[in-house]
Amino acid sequence: MSAIDWSEVLGLSLRVAAVATVASLLPAILTAWLLARCRFPGRTLLDALVHAPLVLPPVVVGYFLLLLFGAHGVLGRWLHEAFGIRLAFTASGAALAGAVMGFPLMVRSIRLGLEAVDRGLETAARTLGAGPFDAFVTVTLPLMLPGILAGLVLTFAACLGEFGATITFAANIPGETRTLTLAIYTALQTQGGEAAAARLVAVSLGLAIAALLLAEWSNRRLRAWLHAPC
Amino acid sequence: MEQPPSARVAARAVLKLDFTTRRGDFALTVDAELPGLGITGVFGRSGAGKSTLIDTIAGIARPDRGRVTLGERSFVDVERKVWTPIEQRRVGYVFQDAKLFPHLRVLANLRYGAQRARDGQRGADWERVLEVMDLGALLTRWPNSLSGGERQRVAIARALLARPELMLMDEPLASLDAPRKAEILHYIERLRDEYPMPVLFVSHSVDEMVRIADHLLLLNAGQVVASGPFLELVSDTGLQPHLGRFEAGSVIECTVSSHDEAFELSTLTFSGGSLRVPRLALPLGTRLRARLRARDVALATRDPSDLSITNRVHGRIIDLVQREGPYLDVVVDASGTRLLALVTRESCQRLGLALGTPVVALIKAVALDSRAVGYTRRAR
Repeated sequence: MSAIDWSEVLGLSLRVAAVATVASLLPAILTAWLLARCRFPGRTLLDALVHAPLVLPPVVVGYFLLLLFGAHGVLGRWLHEAFGIRLAFTASGAALAGAVMGFPLMVRSIRLGLEAVDRGLETAARTLGAGPFDAFVTVTLPLMLPGILAGLVLTFAACLGEFGATITFAANIPGETRTLTLAIYTALQTQGGEAAAARLVAVSLGLAIAALLLAEWSNRRLRAWLHAPC
Repeated sequence: MEQPPSARVAARAVLKLDFTTRRGDFALTVDAELPGLGITGVFGRSGAGKSTLIDTIAGIARPDRGRVTLGERSFVDVERKVWTPIEQRRVGYVFQDAKLFPHLRVLANLRYGAQRARDGQRGADWERVLEVMDLGALLTRWPNSLSGGERQRVAIARALLARPELMLMDEPLASLDAPRKAEILHYIERLRDEYPMPVLFVSHSVDEMVRIADHLLLLNAGQVVASGPFLELVSDTGLQPHLGRFEAGSVIECTVSSHDEAFELSTLTFSGGSLRVPRLALPLGTRLRARLRARDVALATRDPSDLSITNRVHGRIIDLVQREGPYLDVVVDASGTRLLALVTRESCQRLGLALGTPVVALIKAVALDSRAVGYTRRAR
């Protein structure tokens, strides 16, 4: 089926996944920090909320996104009236769906990375004159980079593979929200689309392998730096 | 005799402690005033509250009641709702396991505190600190490639470069082997001699205390048992149970006065006389502390002849303290120096020992080997 241009699909998928991953980084670090370090009322609720996309059917997550961010949703209407931003059925909406689905993975990885850092190091930094934020940024953050990197890779991969929430919330619009998985699905639904589907699957495989290799390489560089051999 | 540093500069910032800190079921209550100069040994068994004490001073633990002040500065005053955060207390903290930042080289570790020190004081004695702690060769190394002793040297220098007004050391020697311990003790002595500030040195080793403590804060089960000049407290028979039965003994401050090459002996003089000990590799005039265990001291009522023991110190009995089992601790005053002798009640009765009895304390030279006498003090 010639209607599906694999390079356009690839470009869109990478863009959507990249936006979703980068945009969730800071909120994920903040959430991981809150969950790992703070005791406050509502902590369990936050924990459950963050992890909900892991246990809910993706289509259900997409449905809730429609409720919230759709043209008549509470946040969706406000975003549209105040900023002229539309999320439902747009590429940004696809990124939002991917980000929400990938968020628990990112938070988990970052939290593990954070908990692996000796808290005494931050205390040591405080005795040397660093304020709490300064100590976190200059000592703990660099030391949790392996966790952050793992979170980024996982989230990016999850976004590339996201299907249910995306098709529910952002639909399957060529050039706008038709990412790799949606394109493969569409090709398979179309008569004579097997060849196009095979091409897209090959692209998908290549992408996965490239991402894994890149992650492995940067992780090794990072660990070499953090564990610092002579 | 030289005055202890605490008496030399009385005007320095005194550390006043009066607080209760709870941690789970444990509560530490302290009411003490520590001198503004010199090393205060914080001594006690594990669980006595040593770490809670210095964590409260540093601002890592919050007291439930009371206050901590250094000179004019209030670190915490619960009743008046005063709280100075850790980073504003300017308290150096040397941790048991150094806590160097693994992602930074030694140089960057050292700069961490120096860069955050108050403006105008920044970097003033960088060169001197590197020299005192012998760090020149380590600057480009990563913390994970350093030995335990090197790590502690970097940690001490890092704390110093942040320009603290008080130094806390939480068992900095605990994870080191014996030669490294001696090495770091040497650097802590240099720290004391170069930088005039109060140092709190936490330890559960009497040996370490004997070598460097000017003042002693003795903790037991969350309470202060005693606080005062080290030499007075360490020979106090009432405190011996807290110092550990095995370690019961006295500490003598003395000076290396001569070496005898032919017999491989050195002579140490102190206020009550002199001691011949196995040859020490120390220059004449070195001041040191010799530790004498009570079990290594025998008593006679007159100077015995035909005896191999050369060290004979004349004195008078000032106290007799009943010990467990068949023993008595006999406290002998030899012109101002207190000696402790562990003898059986039977011997005591046979010799007719009583308060005021003049006695000769007999000490074998071998009891004063390098382990007991290796404690160098600043040479003058």
